[in-house]
Amino acid sequence: MDIFLQQLVNGLTLGSIYALVALGYTMVYGIMELINFAHGDVVMVGAMVALTALQVLTGWGLPPGIALAMAVAMAMAVCMVLGLAIERVAYRPLRRAPKLAPLITAIGLSIVLQQLAALIWGRSYRSFPAVLPADSVSWHGVIITSIQALIIVLAALLMAVLLLLVKRTALGRAMRATAQNPGVAQLMGVNTDRIIALTFALGSVLAAVAGVMVAAYYNVGNYTMGFMLGLKAFTAAVLGGIGNIPGAMLGGLLLGVVEAMGAGYIGDLTGGYFGSNYKDVFAFLVLIGVLVFHPNGLLGSRAREKV
Amino acid sequence: MNPLLEVRNLCVRYGGITAVDGVDLDVMEGERVTLIGANGAGKSSTLKALAGLVAPAGGGFTYGGQDLQSIPPWQRVSRGLALVPEGRGVFNRLTIEENLLMGAYHRKDSSALPGELDHVYGLFARLHERRHQQAGTLSGGEQQMLAIGRALMSRPRLLMLDEPSMGLAPLMVEKIFEVIRKIAAEGVTLLLVEQNARLALALSDRAYVMESGRIVLVDTAAACMENPMVRAAYLGDGGG
Repeated sequence: MDIFLQQLVNGLTLGSIYALVALGYTMVYGIMELINFAHGDVVMVGAMVALTALQVLTGWGLPPGIALAMAVAMAMAVCMVLGLAIERVAYRPLRRAPKLAPLITAIGLSIVLQQLAALIWGRSYRSFPAVLPADSVSWHGVIITSIQALIIVLAALLMAVLLLLVKRTALGRAMRATAQNPGVAQLMGVNTDRIIALTFALGSVLAAVAGVMVAAYYNVGNYTMGFMLGLKAFTAAVLGGIGNIPGAMLGGLLLGVVEAMGAGYIGDLTGGYFGSNYKDVFAFLVLIGVLVFHPNGLLGSRAREKV
Repeated sequence: MNPLLEVRNLCVRYGGITAVDGVDLDVMEGERVTLIGANGAGKSSTLKALAGLVAPAGGGFTYGGQDLQSIPPWQRVSRGLALVPEGRGVFNRLTIEENLLMGAYHRKDSSALPGELDHVYGLFARLHERRHQQAGTLSGGEQQMLAIGRALMSRPRLLMLDEPSMGLAPLMVEKIFEVIRKIAAEGVTLLLVEQNARLALALSDRAYVMESGRIVLVDTAAACMENPMVRAAYLGDGGG
């Protein structure tokens, strides 16, 4: 039972990060039916920017809390500009091209971003400065570290704000309308180019936060860190129903928990033959399972009614 | 008096196919004009070019004396130019009320919106009953009501309707046209594309007949009703 609860906490932490990244995939897919495979690398850029900023700022003697807040803000700003640039330079010219063209562009962009990051930050692993207190609370044998609590609370807060924006504001209505029928949205006076750019900006800001979270959680950052994370977040988006915003949140949290449970129990279940380093297998078992048995995902609509 | 809408030599091409081939068309302020013609005559393409959904291959149009092509498509609705598109184009996964609010998206005067929602609900009581339902759950006729109501929310000066009766049961067609008459009576200028020529001509001042992308006849609606060619081709009148 202790293992179960502990892995639940670990899974929700990881799942919160997956959810934030999955939102970027699902929002962009929802609005232009594009799987932006470079999204995971935007997460990586966010992590690396924050990592560098933290090193510099703490080097100046700033208090850790303020340095961290500033580093997160800088990561968000850089990723937002990066997201806007990606949309403008790479995807907008391909808006009317066959679907395969932007998809290949996305994969190419992912490689470009990784190699640029390798040039800027090097290929070795960089440790994330320990700015967060390493204390934790223990409750019935379950340990929750302060960083886990921070990740879960901050992710929940961001998702709540995003849901309010999408469901309750005129801008959110325009985003949903553009996703459903861009031509008619334009007739309503929506500047759909701007809405699409905004979607990329929003997704990239969330990606920046997720990047800082994952680097802070594992204490490490590297130019390839976005690859696996991006694939898993994409899996989470598919699990929840790609294009569906609450689905991405649910899919992310579920995937995190599945992965943590898998890692926690695989040793016992196989008599020690497989260890927790096989945890990545579970995410992709989930992906295969969803694609085979329920390809629209948990909350996805049954048919795409693109006219 | 200058026309509200003045179309000159408009051409629309899709790849190698010419859909609209040099159309001239005028709509005066407060006028009700119908564009009739067979499927593929270029009626919808004309409306789409005016709304900015397709780019014209040639010619041009002024609206209120201003060259429309200098205005990006998404800004045309704020000038009072509204199109109820063919196939209605409601946002299926938005609620009815959200769809109506989308119609008013460009407007800055949000305090006036509750009153105008009431106005639309007054025209279409059924929309009010279902206002929190997703638009995709509505019947075809109700979706047409919603599409018209949504266009009204933009407070149009020139309302263009593309095949409002398409695919609807006769009773529903009657109901839709009753509302279109009411809208016209409120002083909104109408440009109507319609297969049901009889109903359309009955509420129009003037009509244009289109064939293969060209205007082949312009006359008052009353004269068109008497025109043997129109009667034979569009009013289902074999004798003439």
